[in-house]
Amino acid sequence: MSVAAEPLLTVEDLHTYLATGQGVVRAVDGVSFTLGQAEVLGIVGESGCGKTVTCRTIMGLTPRRIAYSSGQVIYHPWGDGNILDLSQRELQKLRGTHLAMIFQDPMTALNPVRSIGDQLIEAVTAHARLPRAQARDRAIDLLTTVGIPAADRRMRDYPFQFSGGMLQRALIAIALASSPRLLLADEPTTSLDVIIQDQILSLLLELQRDTGMSMILVSHDLAVITEVCDRVIVMYGGQVVEEGDTATIITAPSHPYTKALLEALPQGGHRGPLRSIPGAPPSLIDTPAGCRFVPRCPLAMHECTGWTTELVETGGPGHRARCWRHHEVGRTTAWQASDSA
Amino acid sequence: MSQTWTTHPSQALLRVAERGAKRSRSTGRRRLVLISGLVMLGIAIAAILAAPLLAGKSPTALDVLHPLAPPLTPGHLLGTDQYGRDILARILYGGRIDLAIAFGATSVTLVSGTIVGLVAGYFGGWVDNLLMRIVDLFFAFPFLVLIIAIIAMLGPSIFNMFVAIWITSWVSYARIMRAQTVVAKKQQYVLAARTLGYGRVRVMLRHILPNTASAVIIFSMVDAVGNIILAASLGFLGLGAQPPTPEWGTMISDGQNYILSSWWLATLPGLAIVFVGVAFSLIGDGLADVLRPGER
Amino acid sequence: MSRFGTLPRRLGHLVLIAFGITLVTFFLLRLIPGDPALAILGTSYTHQRAVAIDLALGLNKPIWTQYVLFMGRLFRGDLGYSFFYSEPATTVIGQHLAPTVFLVIYAAVLAAAISLPLGFVSGLRRGGVVDQSARVFFTVSFAMPAFWLGIILLIVFSVHLQVFPISGFGAGFAGHLYYLFLPALTIAVGFSTVLIRSLRAATIATLQAEFVDTARMKGISRAKVLRRHVFRNAVLAVVAVFGVNLAYLISGTVLVENVFSLPGLGSLLVNSVSNRDYPVVQGVTLLFALLIVAINLLTDVTQSALDPRVGQEIGE
Repeated sequence: MSVAAEPLLTVEDLHTYLATGQGVVRAVDGVSFTLGQAEVLGIVGESGCGKTVTCRTIMGLTPRRIAYSSGQVIYHPWGDGNILDLSQRELQKLRGTHLAMIFQDPMTALNPVRSIGDQLIEAVTAHARLPRAQARDRAIDLLTTVGIPAADRRMRDYPFQFSGGMLQRALIAIALASSPRLLLADEPTTSLDVIIQDQILSLLLELQRDTGMSMILVSHDLAVITEVCDRVIVMYGGQVVEEGDTATIITAPSHPYTKALLEALPQGGHRGPLRSIPGAPPSLIDTPAGCRFVPRCPLAMHECTGWTTELVETGGPGHRARCWRHHEVGRTTAWQASDSA
Repeated sequence: MSQTWTTHPSQALLRVAERGAKRSRSTGRRRLVLISGLVMLGIAIAAILAAPLLAGKSPTALDVLHPLAPPLTPGHLLGTDQYGRDILARILYGGRIDLAIAFGATSVTLVSGTIVGLVAGYFGGWVDNLLMRIVDLFFAFPFLVLIIAIIAMLGPSIFNMFVAIWITSWVSYARIMRAQTVVAKKQQYVLAARTLGYGRVRVMLRHILPNTASAVIIFSMVDAVGNIILAASLGFLGLGAQPPTPEWGTMISDGQNYILSSWWLATLPGLAIVFVGVAFSLIGDGLADVLRPGER
Repeated sequence: MSRFGTLPRRLGHLVLIAFGITLVTFFLLRLIPGDPALAILGTSYTHQRAVAIDLALGLNKPIWTQYVLFMGRLFRGDLGYSFFYSEPATTVIGQHLAPTVFLVIYAAVLAAAISLPLGFVSGLRRGGVVDQSARVFFTVSFAMPAFWLGIILLIVFSVHLQVFPISGFGAGFAGHLYYLFLPALTIAVGFSTVLIRSLRAATIATLQAEFVDTARMKGISRAKVLRRHVFRNAVLAVVAVFGVNLAYLISGTVLVENVFSLPGLGSLLVNSVSNRDYPVVQGVTLLFALLIVAINLLTDVTQSALDPRVGQEIGE
């Protein structure tokens, strides 16, 4: 699927800066993308590249004391207004019914001293006035839908009585309680075992297909992203460095960072040592001008520092990359060389 | 995009965020807390040392013509008590006992408790078990009641007050220090020192202590406030300083008999306690910010 | 697994502590330099009385035998004889129990009433007006001796405004409430210093927890998020602090009872020290310590009743 005809969400030049004791962290620094109806978009990048903050900004869940945002987030079913400008009360109407989110660590994402059923019923009744018994039935239905056996008996359980995978299922149930049209899944499988990871991913995909909602899947794992998503955004240092549909990204990566991520994937059958990307992601405090990948880039040249790089069309449909030498990326073998050294 | 660098909205955002970051850092204000605490304590110590100069009279001299004179009476800035003794002089001289307790009792328990905690945490096993059970036992008693019971047996006097605090007060330090040591013991730098074959004492004193001392030092400021209040409380109950020795707690106790007519007898010495107590608290808060930034 | 998983172990620990408490209180009496009988009798010394004390306390026997005898008497509820009151120490202590217990509970309730709103709001609006004032409040009240605050309150409310009595325990429940208001408030102010600080910290920590984001993500109102997820969890975190610091509350009663001349255990303790009434001193010390043990146990039970996680971490 290419870019869907009807957009659901448009993000335009989004910046979120975090004022910390060490200085201003430019966590999200000019991110733009469009998400279509029923589309599954992947955001991939190393930890600390701004994926999570992007999602939280869309949900209005950035820490109010330290986060400053600018730019446009337009959720089309809600009109052409910028949802960054919405009041807490208006945002509250949007949350749950339109936007929902699943967080990284299911172990901490549920209140430890309230039962699963309690927290699920709270989500069910957030936007619908239901009699208690009916809300409970709906909650049990949801738990069953996400694959929790003996759901009616597990309603009384507390989070510590659930395994990580079960908790993530419960969280998915909570997120879907008011049938949102957009689900933001922030590293939903990172803290889970590999087998559970696959189960959760297929569950998410299945639910997405059944309900026709759109989904943004955030992960540091390109393998997870390519398995599930129609389209991929690669983020680095708070910016989008490449975007395109999954097939293009895999076969013709046009940013050295994407290429590096692909090289780092364990190859099927190929039982060589795992490659990692040399160097560390950049600090987002006092970021220098110019391409942020320069210190780790085998293709870096003098022109890459000094002035800002823009996303440029590579020629493929909807495929853009933030690199002067994007047409050379596919040919380079620099990583193989540096690895054997 | 046609916008130039200077008008790009992200630049405005950056400026706003930088202001926010500066506010959250606010190292200046943290230092200010520490400095104002030190200045207040300095004033208190200077005033107490310079008591003969500032008061100009003996704290036990009787002005029989002016008993219960209110503050601002000529010759008696803060008034006099029921015997016509000058309140200012008594507060200044009396502070010597309370501050002596703050420093004398606190420093001894700081050192002894730290050593116990260090040993318990470093050696672990039965040593740790035994020491910590003793600590638990002390914590089972209400602190003031235990102190009173000990003083009851030793007899009320300033020296016995010191002894009672020395016997009981080290336990908090031991508990804090042990917790810190247990953590520090597993850190790389300690493992490295042990691998190099340094002796236990050297590892404890040269490697663990410098990295863990901040917690007990910060606590000692809180403890000093507690000890001043304790000294005053025991004086108030007649179990600390004995008359006619001036001491803040005994002064308040004396003054309580006159609250119907002469409020200044009981209230003014209390203000002195609050002043010194706040000084120590501010130093403690300031030290906490300076010694372990990022914890609040 | 039982809901009270670790309680039996905690109980064993407490029994050990209670045993240690008897050891300490017993040897406290033996700390008296010189002849205990002489020290106990003081000015009321006569040879016959001294011999009677020697016999009663078994002072002519080896120290461990004496301890066993002490424990034996303790189990029979015998704390010795108060020569000052000419009554058994247990009787004397029993007569002074009610005001202290009433005062402790009253002060605990008042302290909770003061610190729950203040601590929560200052954690919620860090740097706001309430937070700043609470900060000033606890910095000053921390440095304020309880007995002095009591006297200030007396001067203001009893001497000048004359809305509360200067001393006394009052009659009936309402009378107690009225007469003990100032003493209880005095203790509560000191106690809430600790509570406000820890509730503020707990609130700040809870606000940053991810489950709060999950709750907000559901689209429920801010008030519901705060009430159901932040307040509840923050208060739970403070229950332990409440229990641990009740010792402070008991120390406070000793002083405040003396300020307001209340006929409680604190006044009794101080008077008995001056009167060299050692069996009573020993008995009150023991009682206060056991009270703290009981309160700690109560805190544990409350915590496991309120917090489903308590007692479940053994398996990890």
